[in-house]
Formats: sequence, C-alpha cells, structure tokens
Amino acid sequence: AMEERRYRSASGAPIALRRRQHSASCRELAVRCPRLQLRSLSAVTCAVWLAAYGLFVLSENSMVLSAAIFITLIGLIIYLHFVKIDQESLLVIGSLGIQVTSSYASGKESTTFIEMSQVKDVVINEAIHMQKVIYYLCILLQDPGDPQGVSEVVPLFQSSKPRLDCLIEVYKSCQEILEQRMTAPQSS
Amino acid sequence: MVLKVFFPSCCFSAESGILIGRWILEQNSAVILAVVHFPFIPIQVKQYLSEVQRVTKVSVSVLGSWSNSKQEKEEGLSEFLEDLGTIFSHEPWIQISKEGDSKFWSCSVLQKHSNNPKEEEIILVYYDQRKVLLSHLHPPLDTATPHKAEDASKLSAIFDTVAKSKVLFMTDRYDDGPIKLTHWQSDGIEASIIVELMKQASVPACMLLTFLLSLISGVCRSRVLKFWPLSFLWSKLSTCEQLGHRLQHLQVISSNKKAQTQAQLMRKANIFVSLLIDVALGILLVSWLYRKNRIGHLADTLIPVADHVAEELQDLLRWLMGAPAGLKMNRALDQVLGRFFLYHIHLWISYIHLMSPFIEMILWYVGLSACLGLTVALCILSDIIALLTFHIYCFYVYGARLYCLKIYGLSSLWRLFRGKKWNVLRQRVDSCSYDLDQLFIGTLLFTILLFLLPTTALYYLVFTLLRLLVVIVQGLIHLLVDLIDSLPLYSVILRLCRSYRLAAGVKFRVLEQRDGKPLRLLMQINPLSYSSVVQTYRLPTYSCYPKDSWASLCKKLFLGELIYPWKHKGEKQD
Repeated sequence: AMEERRYRSASGAPIALRRRQHSASCRELAVRCPRLQLRSLSAVTCAVWLAAYGLFVLSENSMVLSAAIFITLIGLIIYLHFVKIDQESLLVIGSLGIQVTSSYASGKESTTFIEMSQVKDVVINEAIHMQKVIYYLCILLQDPGDPQGVSEVVPLFQSSKPRLDCLIEVYKSCQEILEQRMTAPQSS
Repeated sequence: MVLKVFFPSCCFSAESGILIGRWILEQNSAVILAVVHFPFIPIQVKQYLSEVQRVTKVSVSVLGSWSNSKQEKEEGLSEFLEDLGTIFSHEPWIQISKEGDSKFWSCSVLQKHSNNPKEEEIILVYYDQRKVLLSHLHPPLDTATPHKAEDASKLSAIFDTVAKSKVLFMTDRYDDGPIKLTHWQSDGIEASIIVELMKQASVPACMLLTFLLSLISGVCRSRVLKFWPLSFLWSKLSTCEQLGHRLQHLQVISSNKKAQTQAQLMRKANIFVSLLIDVALGILLVSWLYRKNRIGHLADTLIPVADHVAEELQDLLRWLMGAPAGLKMNRALDQVLGRFFLYHIHLWISYIHLMSPFIEMILWYVGLSACLGLTVALCILSDIIALLTFHIYCFYVYGARLYCLKIYGLSSLWRLFRGKKWNVLRQRVDSCSYDLDQLFIGTLLFTILLFLLPTTALYYLVFTLLRLLVVIVQGLIHLLVDLIDSLPLYSVILRLCRSYRLAAGVKFRVLEQRDGKPLRLLMQINPLSYSSVVQTYRLPTYSCYPKDSWASLCKKLFLGELIYPWKHKGEKQD
C-alpha cells in the first residue's frame, strides 16, 4: 500500500511524503526534496562565466577562461555528489531496527542502521534555527549504562526540514510500529 | 513476536533438504548456515553437528526443512517433512518451501510447546554468506565504556556465527562423506597459487630478515656508538630517528608470530605496504636525481646558496648597525653586537669554503641512502637545512640569552625601584627596606638597562623571526614525513577495492512483496567511511607535536626563553 502527499518545508519549498507499508511491522517513509532547478544552474554558470570573461578582458590571460570552466565543472560535481540531497527516507522494521537513508542527486546513498535495542523513542523536538523556531523529528538512543538516560539524539530529515503537519504523520506511523515492541515481549 | 530467518543467498537453488544453523533465542532469530541434502542418516547428521559444535564452539543444530520442488507440490512430502521435525526435535521447527522459480517462498513455523496460538510474523532476511564471513564489524568509535555480553550488538552475533563456522564450510560437494551440504563454498574451495606460494616463501624470508635485523640492531647498540659526541649527534639528527623507526617496523613485520586479532593483522599489512611504497618512491627519486648528474648540479649550487645566505645576513646586520627603520639605536652597543655577529658569519663562511671540495662527494653518497625510502630522503633534506642554517640558530641563541638576561635584570631592578623583593622561599613578592646605596646603584643599573633595551630587543626580534622561518620550513617537512609514516595505505586500498571487508554496519533493502508471504529483506554490508578507516588504523609515529599552546609560546617569546617547537622524544606517541 503506497500513498503520497504534498507538504511544505520549513523554508516554503514544496516537498512530498511517500508512505509505503510493506508488511504489518515494516513501513517506509520517504520525503522527497525539490530537484535542482535548471534556471538556477544556468544563472550560476552564466554569472561565473561573465565574471571570468571580465577578468580575461582585463588581464588578457586565456588561462582565466579555462580555469573558470574547470571550476564550474568541479563545483557542479561536488555539489551533486556531496551537497544536494534528493530524498531522505526512514525504514522502520519492527524487531530489527530503523534505517535512515539520504540519497544525493548523483545517485549516492548514505545509510545508517540503528538496531531496535538501541532505540529508546522517536520524538518531535523544537529547535532555534537562525531566526526561526522549527520542529524536527529525532531518534533517541538508549544509554547502555543507564536505563532512563539518553546517550545520543539522531535528528532526521535535516536537509528537507518538513513542517509540523508532515512530521506528525511520520511520527504517528513510527509510533504504531514502536508500540508493537512494547506489547509483545513474551519471547525467552 | 516476530521470527527472523537469515537465509544465505547461495542456497537459493539448493536441492531439498534440512536446514542447519544457529538459533539465537534472545533475538528470536535463526541464522541458517547450510542445507543438508537427502538422503542422509539422522544419526550421522547429529554426530557431524556435535563435532562441528565441539570445534567451533557455535551451537549449530538442525533448524528446519527446505523444499525446492521444480514440479507441482507433492502431498507426501509435507508429511515427510513434518516427520523430520519429530526426529530432529527443535523448537520452533521452520519449514521453507519454494515452488518452481517463484521468488515468493512460503514459510511456516511449527511450535509444539507454545501456549501462544497466534500466528507469528516471519521476516526472511537474505545475506551474502561469503561477504559476511570475510567482513569485520567495527564498533562505533565513541564507545568508551566496556559493554556487557548481552548489550553487544545483535548484528555482531550474526557476524560471529558465520565467521566462527569456517570449518563447516570446508566440506564441499565433491567430498565422499555421508553428508552432502550446500553453502557458499560447496562448489569447491577456491585458492590462489600466487598466495599459496607467497605464504610458503614468507617463512624463510622472515627468518632471514630477522637474522639481518638482529645483526644491524646489535651493531647499533654497540658501545662504540654511545660515546658522548656521537650519541649527541645521533639524537639531534632526525634521519637517525626515522631509520630507527623504520627498523622497528621491519622487526614487527618479520616476527614469526601470526597476528592474533584483526587489528594486529591490519597493522602488519599497513606497515608492509607503507614500507614498500616508501622504498619504491625513494628508488624513483634516486633514479631521477642521478640521471643527468642532477646531484652534481645540486652540490654545485649548494655553496653559492650558502654564500648568498651569508651575504644577505651581513647586509641585514649592517642595516641594523645603522638606523634600522628610522629607529635610533645606542651606537656603542650596536657596534659591539653587530661586529660580534659579523665575525661569526665570517668564520662560518670560511668553514663552508674549507669543506667545499668534499661537498660533492659527500652529497653523492648521502643521496644514495635515499634508496631506503622517501621519508629518509626528506629527513636528510631537513637535516641539511638545519646544518646550513646553524649560524642562524647560534645567533638566535645569543640574542635570546642576552634579551632574557636583560628582561630578568629589568624585572628584578623594577621591584627594587618600588621597594619590593622576590622571596624565593615563599615564591612571592615581599616588601623590603633597602639601604640608600643599594637603592642608588639599583636605580642606576635599571636606567642603563632600560635605555639599552631597544637595541637588544631589535636584534632579538630579527633573529627570532629568522629562526622561526627555518623552524616552519623544517616543520612542514616533518609533517610530510609523519603523513607518509602514519597513513594506513593497505586499509584505504582495501576499503576501495573490497569494501565489504571493513564494515561499519549493515543496510537492509526491501525486496518485492506479496500478500500472505513473509516479508523479504536483503541485508547488505555498509562499509566504513574513509575518515573512520584512517582514524581506526593509523600507525603510531614518534614525533610529538608542539605541546605549547599559542599563549604559552607567545609568553616564552616575550620573556626570551628558548623555544624548541619540534622536539623529538624517544618514546612513540599515537
């Protein structure tokens, strides 16, 4: 079962939340960020090349032009591979763990898997970001020494920054699966 | 609760049989290691399993049945499989059946003694057995507290199970035993001739190397080289430190003991690759230097460069003896200091010119020792720079000592001027009543020192800046040497080519689902990031970075204390 809904991010950009239920205890929630716009790419490229041409006219050195082309290409590759995140997804498998994946525009995927025994809870927190107060979803990790303590906070959806309505949907989906581990501890 | 079955992907097309593996009770999961095919005698299977259990200390048992039927499902088979469940009593008994080429298998669990009538959900996790066997799971770097056994990662239990069951994977299907298994190596054990030959050749090579190294270290430790001037020289030259460090590395590699843990094995491999690359780069450098007699040209330009540096210094001193930057100096002190330093430079130049006929030969032979490695060549370069700028070092020491004396004198006489004294016993400033003649002489000396301060301070400033320049250049060279020494090249190349060997964790991919069938997941290895690889497997180096913070460095410079920013210590530091 898959459904997709549109929301807005904290800065106003349109994002889409896709929910998939693979089985009774496995759910995947993916937030898709807006893609790289062609007009902003062309604007940046034109600006860089105009500046390089201006420098060339001043200095009469053709190395400036080839350096500008080189810098633009390398900058674009670095941006697509390391900076621009296309989709952030959360895969919750009850009794195994939670997997957080970020896929970049160049196709690279960076994944972290957190085992269920380390997960204490999934909560929505408030934070002051620049001049705004935003909400973010985070996973609280259990402190092995202290059963009441929290050893680490893992923030989710950091680059897409969905607003509270989207976060509430994700939160409800996660909690439905996390509750199952509380109600079925009868093994061993 | 949910039942998790870890199924190896090599057994997808295996013939029907029974599943053997390990049942982890705390996690309610079954790790399947292999499939035993029909026909078999149950007693022999039980014997084989108990033997495997004895050798590997992993509780391997029969977990269930696997049926792979190419044709339509046979009714008699299901009863036969249930009967097997009574022979190999295992709680719970897992039955997996695959029909034809369908991707979606049906999986059912038989629990006889369970009081829970509800159907358990089953998750099928496929894993690549060979990769899980060969990989090493790295715990996160920030866990400082030791974990108890039950806190250990659930995944590490699975990795351990597969890794320790190596002996199970040694029997392939061409063996004549009573048991026919299917696992990742059931088509025959693969080995490389080159690797086997190298393993055979490494034993005598190690013994030879150990013998040579013991000879060399015996020579180094002999009493002849421990006399005072020589031992002082060895401690100051960074080339000797680097050679000693590399000798230690060679000793680590050539030791006969096999590496026990993963960390030791990686360290040995890293040292070996680092030494190899170092020597290769050194030989490349030597071949480039000695072609077209570049080393002769280098030696020819060395003396003129030293002359040029000395001339620049003389010009600098004459500028200081005049009115430098418009400041008015005390003429007499200026002349004394200036002439003193000029005479030093004159002596230095004479010594350099005395040595000039031998420079080319010395440099030629010293250059050959760059064959021992690029790091040795860089250390030699750093030492040559230190030797050539020895006069700058001497000037810095003279200037610093004079300035330091002056500052201490000034501070002590300033206290006298105010009527106070430094109490050495109590380490504090106390008031003191001086006699009139003490006060008179003290004030006179204070005035003299104060008015002579700008001259000394200027000389001190100029020579300190020159010394800092040389120290920065030497420091950069040592940084480069450290980088080559400590970079774990083997680990980085392993991460590049066989990324599954260094695992930071796992990642799951959800495969196609169908209603009514169990959830299918694919477990893949999540490799370690390059920065964690370098951080985990860094080789320890011998140099210590400046311990002084910027504040204490500035304070020392202000007071005129001598600074040794790149002091080499004897003990190693990580």
